Amino acid sequence: MNKQHGFFFVPAGLGVFSPAALAGQLNGADTAWVLTSTALVLFMTLPGLALFYGGLVRVRNVLSILMQCFVIAAVVSLLWLVAGYSLAFGDGAAVQPWIGGLERVLVWGMGPDGLSGSIPEVVFLAFQMTFAIITPALIIGGFAERMRFSAMLWFSALWLLLVYVPVCHWVWGGGWLADLGVMDFAGGIVVHLTCGVAALVAALVLGPRKGFPKVPMPPHNMTMTVTGAGMLWVGWYGFNGGSALAADGGAGMALFVTHIAASAGVLTWMAIEWVRFGKPSVLGAVTGMVAGLGTVTPASGFIGPAGALGLGILAGGICFTATQIIKRVLKIDDSLDVFPVHGVGGILGSLLTAVLASETLGGFGLAEGVTVLGQLGVQAIAVISVGLWCGLITFGLLKGLDLLIGIRVSPEVETEGLDISQHEETGYHW
Amino acid sequence: MKLITAIIKPFKLDDVREALSDLGISGMTVTEVKGYGRQKGHTELYRGAEYVVDFLPKAKIEVAVVEDLVDRTVEAIAQSARTGKIGDGKIFVSSLEEVVRIRTGETGREAL
Repeated sequence: MNKQHGFFFVPAGLGVFSPAALAGQLNGADTAWVLTSTALVLFMTLPGLALFYGGLVRVRNVLSILMQCFVIAAVVSLLWLVAGYSLAFGDGAAVQPWIGGLERVLVWGMGPDGLSGSIPEVVFLAFQMTFAIITPALIIGGFAERMRFSAMLWFSALWLLLVYVPVCHWVWGGGWLADLGVMDFAGGIVVHLTCGVAALVAALVLGPRKGFPKVPMPPHNMTMTVTGAGMLWVGWYGFNGGSALAADGGAGMALFVTHIAASAGVLTWMAIEWVRFGKPSVLGAVTGMVAGLGTVTPASGFIGPAGALGLGILAGGICFTATQIIKRVLKIDDSLDVFPVHGVGGILGSLLTAVLASETLGGFGLAEGVTVLGQLGVQAIAVISVGLWCGLITFGLLKGLDLLIGIRVSPEVETEGLDISQHEETGYHW
Repeated sequence: MKLITAIIKPFKLDDVREALSDLGISGMTVTEVKGYGRQKGHTELYRGAEYVVDFLPKAKIEVAVVEDLVDRTVEAIAQSARTGKIGDGKIFVSSLEEVVRIRTGETGREAL
């Protein structure tokens, strides 16, 4: 989030978290926009991401993807209520650099009147909840078509509490990275880097799908994928524009640079495929869109439209290359390309935020007295430390769950498909 | 009696049906099938991953006719299904022992 938000959630010197004491005045316009953005960001997961991913898998696993997105939304919401929000945004007092406090467990003591900045705290909580929902939902692309449903549930819940919540606190909740001055407007580090790294590690721990890379595994319904992609593009207005936490020009600019980066990503990816493979593919165009959007996310409140154009072009080119390297060269079955698109995009955007935010490049300025190089160093520390934390915890969680309950379905079940084996349903009756 | 089985390009199905109607043939069975011959398959590319699709969609027509109609039927199918490009398909003619119309119990020529 932006610095304004950091200010309100780092109540230096206040022993007890007390939003009312910090609050300014309720602003109806700000509240209305963040409420709208909350709906837009939930819409990105349900049904945007569900359709986008659902179309990309084979016909026997389409329901498993839709189900995972739905159930993750429900599980994460309850975890957010119980402890997630408090640990991410509460005041951790002595341990504040690492984790928030427990005073908002079960959202205790929060009435409709308490403010967070110029919006009700409950609106801020709900907006943040939708970010917590989409992050584990993005990871499922890494282990699609082969993970047991029960293991997926345990993994998503524990991952949220052990990776998402602490990282969210470090960056947005007044933790140690916020103290260092890290810039992550809407989640290049908190959302895209973490989901990308987790998906890559999950793909490595689970191993490739049976038959990969020899057996063809083309998308079963590209129409569904493009429908979902369109919803993601629209929803991203709320993701980045809403992260301004205000209905003002900052939100408008964030929305516009987001849109420009998406457009540049579409055209870049399309052009590369056209030159290299002879045909501009639909999947290439929508993947370029996601790459542009993921990459601009951390930068969206700090850069100008020209910077966004450059960032979108770079996103298309670099994420395309990363996709080829991970799947074709390294033969890692990150099934729906979560790491090369979201992870690499998140890293690229987070690093370049330091550069493109400078006023010389049309950005809206780094903090006073901070040089591009200095900020780049902070961004790099954040990327490396969050990447390591996320990678190690993800690895440990999956290995532990594998020992306890088993994380992968048997080869017979994998051939039969997750829809019938895990849910006793099929997506289509022909 | 003969059973004529033709594998044709799906977009030629309507032309073939019309040509057979003109001959007075009153029924046929059509199935969507996949296969390959000299045409081989085609490739699809998703995020740079190339898949060879070996089996191409075709339409399979089955028509049962009396002996004196066989040549004209084969000719009509060949004419109407031909594009001159690879992948136009094949016609198989095989002998047919018996035909029964289920509703009436008629057999042989009467049942066609």
